[in-house]
Amino acid sequence: MDNILEVKDLNISFHTFSGEVQAIRGVNFELKKGETLAIVGESGSGKSVTTKAIMRLLPPQNSEIKSGEILFDGNDLAHLSEKKMQKVRGKDISLIFQDPMTSLNPTIKVGKQIMEPIIKHQNASKSEAKKRALELLSMVGIPNPEQRFDQYPHQFSGGMRQRVVIAIALACNPKVLIADEPTTALDVTIQAQILELMKELQKKIDTSIIFITHDLGVVANVADRVAVMYAGKIVEIGTVDEIFYNPKHPYTWGLISSMPSLDSTEEALYAIPGTPPNLLHPPVGDAFAPRNEYAMQIDLEEQPPMFKVSDTHYAATWLLHPDAPKVDPPAAVVKRMKQFQAGQEGQ
Amino acid sequence: MARYITKRFIYMLITLFVIASLTFFLMKLIPGTPFSAAGKLSPDQLQIMKDKYGLDQPVAVQYAQYIGGLFKGDLGISFQFNNVPVTQLLIERIQPSLQLGFQAIFFGTIIGIVLGVISALRQNTWVDYGATFIAVLGKSIPNFVFAGVMQYYIGVKLGWLPVLFWKGWDYTIMPTIALAMFPIAITARFMRTEMIDVLGSDYITLAKAKGASSLEVAFKHGLRNALIPVITVLGPLAVSLMTGSLVIEQIFAIPGIGEQFVKSITVNDYSVIMGTTLLFSFMFVVIILVVDILYGVIDPRIRLSGGKK
Repeated sequence: MDNILEVKDLNISFHTFSGEVQAIRGVNFELKKGETLAIVGESGSGKSVTTKAIMRLLPPQNSEIKSGEILFDGNDLAHLSEKKMQKVRGKDISLIFQDPMTSLNPTIKVGKQIMEPIIKHQNASKSEAKKRALELLSMVGIPNPEQRFDQYPHQFSGGMRQRVVIAIALACNPKVLIADEPTTALDVTIQAQILELMKELQKKIDTSIIFITHDLGVVANVADRVAVMYAGKIVEIGTVDEIFYNPKHPYTWGLISSMPSLDSTEEALYAIPGTPPNLLHPPVGDAFAPRNEYAMQIDLEEQPPMFKVSDTHYAATWLLHPDAPKVDPPAAVVKRMKQFQAGQEGQ
Repeated sequence: MARYITKRFIYMLITLFVIASLTFFLMKLIPGTPFSAAGKLSPDQLQIMKDKYGLDQPVAVQYAQYIGGLFKGDLGISFQFNNVPVTQLLIERIQPSLQLGFQAIFFGTIIGIVLGVISALRQNTWVDYGATFIAVLGKSIPNFVFAGVMQYYIGVKLGWLPVLFWKGWDYTIMPTIALAMFPIAITARFMRTEMIDVLGSDYITLAKAKGASSLEVAFKHGLRNALIPVITVLGPLAVSLMTGSLVIEQIFAIPGIGEQFVKSITVNDYSVIMGTTLLFSFMFVVIILVVDILYGVIDPRIRLSGGKK
């Protein structure tokens, strides 16, 4: 499969009053045509910053792409002019936000908000754009599109608004869709509906999706591949099966151990001890070392490179170094891995 | 919507009636008579004058007569200006004040909004600091200082604009600028704060993500959402400007209503005080109504009719 988007050694800093915060420290990944890549990690790990950088939506006053390339369609988005970038946004790459309650303009009719990118990028006339907007509304499952077209966002429920946001994002059949926690603000039944809708529409218009979330349940549901981010770096990347059944990085182990499951009534829910490092003064060695019970001396001294586990699976932990002692993943992960496998066989 | 406006109109009449009554009784508490030469008149002469104008009757009777006249649209006659009917006097005097006030608020608001939006878009740059500087000047320096400076440099030294009087549109330019400084300052400050707030919201990022340019984002998506608080301050400000500024009218020798109102109070010109108060109150309630309707026009979430069309 071809890569539609390649992020190479991306470094992003924010300039604050207390100094330079190195939010993204050398991120590499590629997005293949038609796949869904999930980026997971805790708050502040740099998930959203990475994707905002791809769309160049970071505040220009205090953020800076220090180095790296974002290759899309033969262009390096990291260094594209604002004018040219405007032609990419909404047309080739579009965005879905976390909170549908705030991501629609409260003073503009829903229909007009959907028409906007169509008129902008496809040189459509008003009536053509309206026709397309009505199609989109029914495509995302909004009943009575004709009537809904002339309504304002406050007349829609949360789930319906997120459908409208999806309609806007898909208006120009984008090649890449970035979904920044699109279901976090919705209740569980609506979450499932929206995820189903996204999967269905992805097939229909053949787009690639970057799906940001901190909900591993959602990841298992939608993603083809998963990138785990920690402290501004991707620490492990692989296919869904590899990340869930054969995780290699202690941080991924921690994430998987802290996932609640239906039969976990007896045990207390696991939490990774400690807090993420302050990226104002990033640690010299592995950023996860202070919270890592398997940390070795070298973890404190030198950052681990990406070790190859398989052709699709890489992890940045010294535990994968040939000289490292063999460690078994924590019991919870092993148990869970067995559960996953059992579940897989049962299906 | 029509029902809402009718309801508001009835409330408006009640408000005006209450204001008329209150002002009437308060005014009767002021000592003295409207007759300028009262000191030189003998008690008998004074009595004849009072008798003629019905001022010797019990206050309740006078009140009934006044309110009766009001319903017929009769505001009485002025004591001070040779028995001219108050209605005619007000119409003559309010015209320059209204025009000045309207021009000041119109241009002031537009300039203020533009300054505010530019400040917000170029936050913490010299453009922003420049706009802030203008706003601070406009808010802290009294308008008669601007008036004087303009009269001297633009009027006298350069001779570009007439210094005094009220004879045509070019006579309105300098007083308008002097009056507009305050609304410029207020609007620019409010607009900047609101706009910065609005520009940080998700729907603005989404608008950018659709490929809109930053100007499009600011004016098409941001402006309307940032306008609500600005409209709230502008309503009362518009009234206070349109009801005439005593100082500016004095400085530019404009026959406006501000000057006349103050004069009528010092000489107990009862019917003029009443008439002017009622006119100002009327303008105030109308503008408040207009502001309330504007809210709905700007923000569909506060449409007055309750959402159904």
